[in-house]
Amino acid sequence: MKIVSIKVKGALVSLFILFLMLLMWHLATGQRDTPPPTGVAEASEYSALMGGGSGGGGQKSGLPTLTQMGETIYKQLSSPFYDNGPNDKGIGIQLGYSLGRVALGFLLALIVALPFGFWIGMSPLAFEAFNPFIQILKPISPLAWMPIALYTIKDSSISGIFVIFICSVWPMLINTAFGVANVRKELLNVAKTLEVNPWRKAFLVILPAAAPTILTGMRISMGIAWLVIVAAEMLVGGTGIGYFLWNEWNNLALSSVIFAILLIGIVGMLLDMVFGRLQKAVSYAD
Amino acid sequence: MQIENTFLKVENLSKSYKVDAPPVFDDINFEIERGEFVCIIGHSGCGKTTILNVLAGLEEASSGYAIMLGREIKGPSLERGVVFQGHALMPWMTVLQNVSFAVKSKYPDWPKTKIELHSKKYLDMVGLVNAEDKKPSELSGGMKQRVGIARAFAIEPKMLLLDEPFGALDALTRGVIQDELLKICVDTQQTVFMITHDVDEAILLSDKIMLMSNGPNAKIAEIVVNTLPKDRKRASLHHDPMYYPMRNHLVDFLVNRSKHLQASASKEGGHKHAPKIVRPGVDSI
Repeated sequence: MKIVSIKVKGALVSLFILFLMLLMWHLATGQRDTPPPTGVAEASEYSALMGGGSGGGGQKSGLPTLTQMGETIYKQLSSPFYDNGPNDKGIGIQLGYSLGRVALGFLLALIVALPFGFWIGMSPLAFEAFNPFIQILKPISPLAWMPIALYTIKDSSISGIFVIFICSVWPMLINTAFGVANVRKELLNVAKTLEVNPWRKAFLVILPAAAPTILTGMRISMGIAWLVIVAAEMLVGGTGIGYFLWNEWNNLALSSVIFAILLIGIVGMLLDMVFGRLQKAVSYAD
Repeated sequence: MQIENTFLKVENLSKSYKVDAPPVFDDINFEIERGEFVCIIGHSGCGKTTILNVLAGLEEASSGYAIMLGREIKGPSLERGVVFQGHALMPWMTVLQNVSFAVKSKYPDWPKTKIELHSKKYLDMVGLVNAEDKKPSELSGGMKQRVGIARAFAIEPKMLLLDEPFGALDALTRGVIQDELLKICVDTQQTVFMITHDVDEAILLSDKIMLMSNGPNAKIAEIVVNTLPKDRKRASLHHDPMYYPMRNHLVDFLVNRSKHLQASASKEGGHKHAPKIVRPGVDSI
């Protein structure tokens, strides 16, 4: 009972905080009672250039009001899959592109990191041999690979996938190796005394024992991948939520920019929740 | 050598972990007959677990060898079941899956239903048939150890190796499982090698008790033959006239003589060390 009531209380406070934020937004962007001074022509022209004057004329700033925001959200969500050429696609299509790239890059990273991490975790020699490379490659911002990727791959979309691959691979690799190397010795001894063959041992003993650690690595990787895809798409352009965001900035459509930001946050949260669930599914109590 | 007659024979076993340090134990010689229950008692650090690991094939001795049924023990084998000190159950598997995993390892060609039936038989034997779908974390310490015992028995090994299986249990639970183990071992004629710290446990369970002197250079100082009748029960154990001579001898060894023996043994040297065979209450010491 107590836990539930705390949850309900928390939700209520959250709603209140949301209301306060929206109120502040409203107050900050709301209409003025008196029209703005029109004495200085240059100033109003400047504000018109900056997008502020074009909308309602009487706004305090160029940021959209809540009503404008609502209109944008409604407009975007009511037809998420329209396609009017390369610079005007529905938000659903753009998100689909981004998620597709992340999924592909992430999957490739998984295919590489899991067996490789297994090997490094099992063999101290392999660990010692590869560790310096991993330690040097790991801290490199994935976007730093972009020029090399563009030069060698010569395709912006595949380069994006490559960047996702390179940023997802390290946490998964390191966590897999760590998880595999730290399987309890006595469980391995059980497998030894039962003369379990190497494949059964790998899949029925080591993998389940290391699964929680591996899933943690995957969750971290997915988080990073979702951070990176936005930046990568801003850089290479073409399609995706990152490109959409940058494109709307170039259009000075700030309400669409804010909408994209919100959407990135929500999708990121959902992805994290999915991996949280998976993590729970493979975790075990000792 | 008449290895054919002996079930298990250990000769001149020694183990040193560092080259320049004296060995933890050396000159370990003993034999175990088929169907015998043998306990080994000694202070911590004298190398009991190492000897057990050598018998299990998990560790290699520095010199000497162990022969089981005419073949030298090299590496682990399904012929020897091990019950580990910490139960060592796979925490993500249910009780039944843990046992089935072992059965499947021993009999890879069996169909699934046969494996399950076989596993359930052994779970039933340790009184755990109702807990088969539980995870180890949902079980008490005693129940976990029972699963470990069922798993070891389920592969029908020629010899069972127990590394202080009841060390972490409370006295009441320990007593109950000791009774169960005794019954199962009598029923199945299982050969057992067991490490324990508990003198009463050794008297209750074993036919022979090996006493180890302190390390380094630990030896098997004495092999004490259990002089209590074979059908001993935990409840009536302490009323047996042989109980106190037996118990006093063991406790006396652990408290006083294990240290003294080590000092005298290290001077001795030369010929092969053969442990003295003692029958407390029967021989006059």
